[in-house]
Amino acid sequence: MEFLADIGIVILKAALVLGALLHMAALTIWIERKAAALIQDRQGANRAAILGFDLAGVINTLIADPVKALFKEDFVPRGTSQFMHSMGPFLAVLPVLVSFAVVPFGPDLEIGGRTIALQLAQLNVGILYVFAMGSLAVYGVVLAGWVSRNKFSLFGGLRASAQMISYEITMGVSIVGVLAIYSSLDLAEIVKYQSGTFLGFLPNWGIFLNPLGFVLFFISMMAETKRAPFDLPESESELVAGYLTEYSGMKFMLFWLGEFAEIAVASAIITLLFLGGWQLPYIDITKISSDWGGILPGFFKEWNFQWAPLIGTAVFGAKTVFLCVVQVVLRWTLPRFRYDQLMNLCWKIMLPFALLNLVATVVLVLMGFY
Amino acid sequence: MEIERTEVRNDWQPSEVGDALHSKTMVINMGPSHPCTHGTVRLVVEVDGERIERCDVDVGYLHRGFEKQCENVNYWQVIPYTDRLNYVSPIINNVGYCLAVEKLFGVEVPERTKAIRVLLSELSRITDHLTCLGAGAMELGAFTVMLYFMQAREYLYHLVEEVTGARLTISYVRIGGLARDLPIGFTDRLLKRLEDVKRLMDYGDRLLSKNRIFVDRMCDVGIIAPDEAIAYGLTGPLLRGSGVSYDVRKAFPYSGYENYTFEVPVGTKGDNYDRFLCRFNEIGQSMSIIEQVIKTLPDGPINVRDPKIIMPPKDEVYDSIEGMIAQFEIVFRGVVPPKGEVYFPVEGGTGELGFHVVSDGTGTPYKVRVRAPSFISMGILGPLIEGHTIADVVPIFGMHNMIGGECDR
Repeated sequence: MEFLADIGIVILKAALVLGALLHMAALTIWIERKAAALIQDRQGANRAAILGFDLAGVINTLIADPVKALFKEDFVPRGTSQFMHSMGPFLAVLPVLVSFAVVPFGPDLEIGGRTIALQLAQLNVGILYVFAMGSLAVYGVVLAGWVSRNKFSLFGGLRASAQMISYEITMGVSIVGVLAIYSSLDLAEIVKYQSGTFLGFLPNWGIFLNPLGFVLFFISMMAETKRAPFDLPESESELVAGYLTEYSGMKFMLFWLGEFAEIAVASAIITLLFLGGWQLPYIDITKISSDWGGILPGFFKEWNFQWAPLIGTAVFGAKTVFLCVVQVVLRWTLPRFRYDQLMNLCWKIMLPFALLNLVATVVLVLMGFY
Repeated sequence: MEIERTEVRNDWQPSEVGDALHSKTMVINMGPSHPCTHGTVRLVVEVDGERIERCDVDVGYLHRGFEKQCENVNYWQVIPYTDRLNYVSPIINNVGYCLAVEKLFGVEVPERTKAIRVLLSELSRITDHLTCLGAGAMELGAFTVMLYFMQAREYLYHLVEEVTGARLTISYVRIGGLARDLPIGFTDRLLKRLEDVKRLMDYGDRLLSKNRIFVDRMCDVGIIAPDEAIAYGLTGPLLRGSGVSYDVRKAFPYSGYENYTFEVPVGTKGDNYDRFLCRFNEIGQSMSIIEQVIKTLPDGPINVRDPKIIMPPKDEVYDSIEGMIAQFEIVFRGVVPPKGEVYFPVEGGTGELGFHVVSDGTGTPYKVRVRAPSFISMGILGPLIEGHTIADVVPIFGMHNMIGGECDR
């Protein structure tokens, strides 16, 4: 019975995490549409609503878009392998979806004497797992570029591989400093470390502990998600649609979903590492009593209602959505880099700064500053 | 046994290395329907990685036989065809053609007509430059700027529509006058709208002109030296971006341009950024011209009183025998200019737009030849792109502002 309950909890959590991520991706798509419209002084997506309510994009991005994509022709270029052509979007989406498994989205929940961690997989090397999965995502794009038998796709694939591999280095180096401060690779531990205050008045968050690391990591993450100003692999004016050129219907949709899920995952990882995860500044949410110290009606105390997981999850979600919005706004504000400028930025500007940040942070850690 | 030694060389050429590694250049066909070719033009580029080794520009996909068509219709009927030349600033084409025919006749249009032509030409120049800048920005990924500029253009198109009745196929200018006068209250609405355009351009300016990514993309790309620009016969912002101050409105003033004060912005380096800034500043100059025109807009008739060129007013036709005959003559024979040939240049959106009209003394032109600035600027596009990367094709082509209708005719 115990065993079955454990299995049930894992399955429930898996469904919850996957559903949350997919909804987050859909929400980001909707935010992208509406934020772009807001920035550009136009209406934005206003169809596929029921009685004028599109429920924050749930109807048009979760239902209308996939239904439309499913009914489109699935075009496969002549002379290529149907199997490999289908593998492209699969390989691009899967790593992104599974990398969300290690994200702790709230403090522990206690039900019936059982402690449930709000995290699907409690890996002690969580952040390395995220990076490993992130590296896998490049295969899907390269495969798509190669298997499409299109020169523009090939260029898109080439650019994507060079870009993602280069920026992975900056991404890795830029967070070693902050990991040295936390002295842990476990994402749950990292979040727990970020409670309390730093220097007496700032929240003890990574962004304040290591601001340069945050900036570098944020830029690298944006480059990793292949979004403007780093959208060279699919720069529509030069390469038509880059590696997406020969994809249509649901396969195209999957790439698209992968891209937006990647934004959500990137925002989640940045939140965990630099914005305190589910922690609220100055308030320790794990110490909130069930009736808020007598403010709420008595039955909350009778039930022993746990506020911490609820508030923690909400805080984590809000921070993640905020970062998604920031990325969307940047995408509609900035023009695109050129290929050589992108590489210069990575190797000549960001990598030296990341190394400098690493050395400086480690010296400070050894001096006992944190 | 003697060992065969290969000679040590330090003077490897890139092409030889390529052969040794069995690597070949790749030919990419950009166009005729490609997102960067806003118009139909084909760029056959041979790339070595991201670098372009050779570029072939293939124009003519929008050829409609404009010049041949003109030989089969009378002088009036050419005017609608000219609308479709540079379809972003059709009024300038109208004005250019009508001025050429008027020169053939040797007539001078009334002052009010001249002023209205200048006013609408400058309005069109603004829409032309806004389109070019907006499209150029969009192709570099700054989609928002393009929508701002399109909004500004839309404001102006509404005004053009108010005057001419159409956004694109306007056919507003007539030989010896205009189709109709400005609507009541037009100038006030225009001045009000110009403020909106200025506001939107300020947004665009703040998003682009000091944006490090945008400036890096535009600067030092596609440099044209002044002597090279002259040798290729470039005109307009392409020439002025290279630092040569040649503007038809200043060099050969027409339609009363000499009465207005304006500056000709010139670049220093001749790169894409200079061309961008030239266009941007020209919009400001055009606005200043519009304001001057509105201040000094004279009253009076808009058509010449010459029954050989313009139909007489309807009351004359109905009430007098001379009017009746004049109407009959002009309807049956059309306007018949004297024998001769003229070349008349005007400053179009993309450069010197010249009409060479040859008359053999009949009612149809013997030849209407258009000096299309877009077509002539295509000559330098290939050599300019060579040596740059694929990504640089976009800003170079964008700042060329090739208009298919004008280039291919």
